[in-house]
Amino acid sequence: MSGTYLGMPAFPVAAGEAVRDTTLRGNLRHATHTIRDKRARAVAELDDWQQLRAAGKQIKDDVLRHLDHYLVRLEEAVTTAGGTVHWAADADEANRIVTDLVRATGETEVVKVKSMATQEIGLNDALAEAGITAYETDLAELIVQLGDDLPSHILVPAIHRNRSEIRDIFTDAMGRWGRPAPEGLSDSPAELAEAARLHLREKFLRAKVGISGANFMIAETGTLVVVESEGNGRMCLTLPETLISVVGIEKVLPSWQDLEVFLQLLPRSSTAERMNPYTSTWTGTTDEDGPRTFHLVLVDNGRTDTLADEVGRQALRCIRCSACLNVCPVYERAGGHAYGSAYPGPIGAILTPQLRGTDTALDASLPYASSLCGACYEVCPVAIDIPEVLVHLRERVVQGGEVTRAGNRVTLRPAKGHAAERAAMRAARWALDHPAALRAGQRLASRTRRFHPRRLPGPGKAWTDTRDVPAVPAESFRDWWQRTRGTGAAATGSGTGTGTGTGIESREGTK
Amino acid sequence: MRVALFVTCVNDTLYPDTGKAVVTLLERLGVTVDFPAAQTCCGQPQFNTGYRHETEPLVRRYAKAFEGYDYIVTPSGSCAAMVRDNYPRIGERARAEGRGEGLAAVAASVVPRTYELTEFLTDVLKVTDVGAYFPYPVTYHPTCHGLRMLGLGRRPQELLSHVKGLELVELPGAEECCGFGGTFAVKNAAVSAAMGADKARNITSTGARAVCTVDNSCLMHIGGTLARLGSEVRPVHLAEILASTEEQPYGGIR
Ligand code: SF4
Repeated sequence: MSGTYLGMPAFPVAAGEAVRDTTLRGNLRHATHTIRDKRARAVAELDDWQQLRAAGKQIKDDVLRHLDHYLVRLEEAVTTAGGTVHWAADADEANRIVTDLVRATGETEVVKVKSMATQEIGLNDALAEAGITAYETDLAELIVQLGDDLPSHILVPAIHRNRSEIRDIFTDAMGRWGRPAPEGLSDSPAELAEAARLHLREKFLRAKVGISGANFMIAETGTLVVVESEGNGRMCLTLPETLISVVGIEKVLPSWQDLEVFLQLLPRSSTAERMNPYTSTWTGTTDEDGPRTFHLVLVDNGRTDTLADEVGRQALRCIRCSACLNVCPVYERAGGHAYGSAYPGPIGAILTPQLRGTDTALDASLPYASSLCGACYEVCPVAIDIPEVLVHLRERVVQGGEVTRAGNRVTLRPAKGHAAERAAMRAARWALDHPAALRAGQRLASRTRRFHPRRLPGPGKAWTDTRDVPAVPAESFRDWWQRTRGTGAAATGSGTGTGTGTGIESREGTK
Repeated sequence: MRVALFVTCVNDTLYPDTGKAVVTLLERLGVTVDFPAAQTCCGQPQFNTGYRHETEPLVRRYAKAFEGYDYIVTPSGSCAAMVRDNYPRIGERARAEGRGEGLAAVAASVVPRTYELTEFLTDVLKVTDVGAYFPYPVTYHPTCHGLRMLGLGRRPQELLSHVKGLELVELPGAEECCGFGGTFAVKNAAVSAAMGADKARNITSTGARAVCTVDNSCLMHIGGTLARLGSEVRPVHLAEILASTEEQPYGGIR
């Protein structure tokens, strides 16, 4: 992934700072709650939502199982339709291919459709190094670019900004990138949109090269699909002479019929619309209409490695709708930047450690950026069990084990910084497997309970900084039961049951 | 009907009153309850932190401790969910790692017999009025594992609505996580505390005297946050409300 995120702190550190930023929390709370409620209403309109969701999952699973087959079909179809297909194993290769293609046109400017894949590989930085300026044309991406900022949401990259911040960014920066913002710009949405429109129109009319991603690629015809709301995508896809699309290999669908399922799942999950305003499709090149040259750059960048993992591979079903971000209580408070990649929120927490590995402190901390509340899984339109993958990746972090990296099986060592926890878990396991030891511990805690501090040192401090600790009772349940009912004795209540016990408990008691 | 109480390690050690309340309640409903002393912990903290292999002996222990019981009843939504959702997964992974069918079979033997308390009451005993008395306004926080993994639905509210004297007050943002999340509470303390503070604010806004859940681990976090914020709202496990009667009322609220 992009070097932009290199050296970022572990999630708890960045999230801790974000939590203290009250403007940010207000912006995020307002935005996520609004879209969350709208999504719930849009989804509730369809009686067959759960069937659609199951169909989406099934189609994607089939694609992943036969990815090689569908990709070859796609390549054939795109080539037949007049396009050229390039294969990129990683971000560097993808950036090199795109840079060379733009250079070959002799242009130094490109217009861009909002794309997660190009964010993931850090394309804009790579182009800038080669002296090529990439203009983002999606409104929110434009705000991020003008503000010299990083995206913090998949669908609404500037979700962390409010209207008056956006007005300031436009007034400040538009002039440096092209047409300045109108005099006396207010923060009304209509005026802000108009300012963006005027600024961007110049770029659309001048640009000779467009760069896009794609939401879907249809193997049977070689057709690419972009789903959007603003129409800027349509401009970039039709006006330039050369179109370069950079797409992750998992975005392929077998046929147009499969698209039907996703054109229902995606808009309702993402913008809470029944149908999105613009759906653009293109198949290679067409004489006298649209770009004369079309390149498709297929990006792996960790995807086949992810595919090799039985539990983790479900993350590749993701259609980037961002519903999981909008319902996530952790995302709502930590903000998108704390996740340190183009993919924030729950999906980022399971995708980034797979695409990028768990070698850095940040990447190793991502699987823990969740309370496992399960809200993400509940809304995911392709039923990715995000909590399951999070726990699976935690295991990889604390325990290491076999993973695939760049196509090779390698054995990971356990991540640093978990040694004390590992020892504690082992000790706890031992105690929990020896009830007599557990009971001794409980009794010790009860006997010393008068001396327990209200504020704890060390790791316990993280608890007592904001929460009281519960008082240890004078007697554990286990001891109360034994005192009042006797070991292994049946209950003495007026019950109708037999309740004779199994005898395990008396054996255990004498150990 | 052989019924065993799985009290859970948290309740055993820190909240024995909840365990006692389950015993009182079930006996009042004519059920004889056993407490197999071989039980310890379901392994949820280990499993959710990434120590799946450390969890395996606890899966076996659980199955052995509750062998022969028709019903294993637990006053913890997350521990019930651990058994029902994750034990089969642990068995499946052991099989995939070439360690045989044993653990999967062990897991399968306990899944259908494990019940969260409100499920046992409404689905097995088929009662919603348990003859309880609790003369206070109460708000209910549906814990995530109870809500989304177990799918408890409105069972807890049904039970509460039949408690004499109890006024059930709706909790704003009820379905949002309280921020406990096991080790999440210390690993991501800042975010956890922010979530807890928002939950506490919503709870106090209801004017309820008590906040009730089906899980004392979440309640420990919620109650600890409320206490630190100086709130008078009492955290009370659902079992303790259902155990309370006019003859033997709950003593924690004055
Ligand atoms: S993981 Fe699911 S909910 Fe989240 S962005 Fe991807 S498809 Fe949407």
